[in-house]
Amino acid sequence: MFTKRTSLIAGAMAAFCLPSLGLAQAEDVTPLNGEIGFIFTTFMFLVAGFLVFWMAAGFAMLEAGLVRSKNVAMQLTKNVGLFSLASLFYYLIGYNLMYPGDGWSIEGTLGAFGPAVLEAVGLAGEEPDLTYASVGSDFFFQLMFCAATASIVSGALAERIKLWPFLIFTVLLTAVIYPIQASWKWGEGFLDAMGFLDFAGSTVVHSVGGWAALTGAIILGPRIGKYTKEGKTIPIPGSNLTLATLGTFILWLGWFGFNGGSQLYMDTAGNVADISRIFANTNTAAAGGAVAALILTQLLYKKPDLTMVLNGALAGLVSITAEPLTPSLGSATLIGAVGGVIVVFAVPLLDRFKIDDVVGAIPVHLFAGIWGTIAVVFTNSDASLGTQLYSIIVVGIFVVIASGVVWFVLKSTMGIRVEEEDEINGLDMAELGMEAYPEFGRS
Amino acid sequence: MKLIIAAIKPFKLEDVREALTEIGVRGMMVTEIKGFGAQSGHIEIYRGAEYAVNFVPKIRLEIVVDSASADQVVETITKTAQTGKIGDGKIFVLNVEQTVRVRTGESGSEAI
Repeated sequence: MFTKRTSLIAGAMAAFCLPSLGLAQAEDVTPLNGEIGFIFTTFMFLVAGFLVFWMAAGFAMLEAGLVRSKNVAMQLTKNVGLFSLASLFYYLIGYNLMYPGDGWSIEGTLGAFGPAVLEAVGLAGEEPDLTYASVGSDFFFQLMFCAATASIVSGALAERIKLWPFLIFTVLLTAVIYPIQASWKWGEGFLDAMGFLDFAGSTVVHSVGGWAALTGAIILGPRIGKYTKEGKTIPIPGSNLTLATLGTFILWLGWFGFNGGSQLYMDTAGNVADISRIFANTNTAAAGGAVAALILTQLLYKKPDLTMVLNGALAGLVSITAEPLTPSLGSATLIGAVGGVIVVFAVPLLDRFKIDDVVGAIPVHLFAGIWGTIAVVFTNSDASLGTQLYSIIVVGIFVVIASGVVWFVLKSTMGIRVEEEDEINGLDMAELGMEAYPEFGRS
Repeated sequence: MKLIIAAIKPFKLEDVREALTEIGVRGMMVTEIKGFGAQSGHIEIYRGAEYAVNFVPKIRLEIVVDSASADQVVETITKTAQTGKIGDGKIFVLNVEQTVRVRTGESGSEAI
């Protein structure tokens, strides 16, 4: 039906343009009708890509606010470093490993090796796939997802991990670990063939960052002073809840691009309507998560906990990411709210196991990511619970083993943890020789 | 001359200042402090883990007055800063040997 309509309009336009052809001096630059879908989808990828890029700022601010002031400059260094390294290594290795097309090294399991290559300038001599978008916009958009995965890890391991081992881990995560498992779903690999559904990456992005963070946090150990010998948890409050809140709102904004862009097409009224639906569902899920955490911490602790409310909003966002399209506003709110509840219970639970996650990345990205992936079955009849669970487990095992090996190798070669004295004095002075707030006294 | 040191709840500072000015007190020193007394701190919760706030914020007032008006000042502070709840604070009264006004060199009661 679409093709028919297109050819009709194209014919009409050609007829309309005919009389002017003889007079026209300037070249007719009106977009060809057949290119309009390509243009809009490409444009959509670029805008969504800007938004997902901005999530890097959100992660940086959230983490800067939740670490102590003596570690803020280091946390910011890790954030800008990991984003930039992810950009380079996704280009050099990751992109083709994740999207091999017909060039699989092992069919459905291991993608192609080689750097990403864009189209020629002005598409000269190219025959682009006009039903999709430009390679440049696709690469740009997908790169941001890869970087987001790495950002998840930095928060959990804050305040005690050495800079360079962390950055080396980031390189391996973004060049190899993330792209390989992402190819299984988004590169049309074996999980995709099984019917696994993960719209924007509750599993592919968030739980992967979460598993890598969990593995790292266990191997790295907790911060000095976080747990007493008797097993009691000593809270270590963050330095700046204003920045943490700003970071959460920035992530919330970026998520519209994260989920909305994952519609992957903006060439029909149906697709534009779906993107709108995704925006609205994404927002309401975040709200549901925040309100759930607000009410629950009030009931449990007699006072609401802002840091939990911020985590709750993010957990709501992660929860809706696996399926932001099919739920109604009401179901999206509930799916997000369950994410908020998960966070409030999971944060103290990790403390009971002495797993020190500075910013709550594991409850938010891993636990809510698993929940969101399961929740697809409630609103999308194409999803099968068995396949969803199988995919969660397969991806989990792969990431835990792969990142576990990397962490252990780093630990036994260069060491991953700073000296005790450096940790107590703060990583800013010990590793960077500069502070985020040099003019503030410490009490 | 007497030195009156009072530790009071921070939100009562403005009331106490006003009441003392009304009875003729012409100066005071104010410091933000932390401490504990019978109240001995309280328990708060951060991200699901309890922690003790051992030192509670207080305001420390230092006022030097003639011995004759010391009782009235103590009484005014007690009356104004009182909430009846735990943590209202303490007042100490000490003897002062000498007072000097830096600008004029006056000393004793004249300098207060």
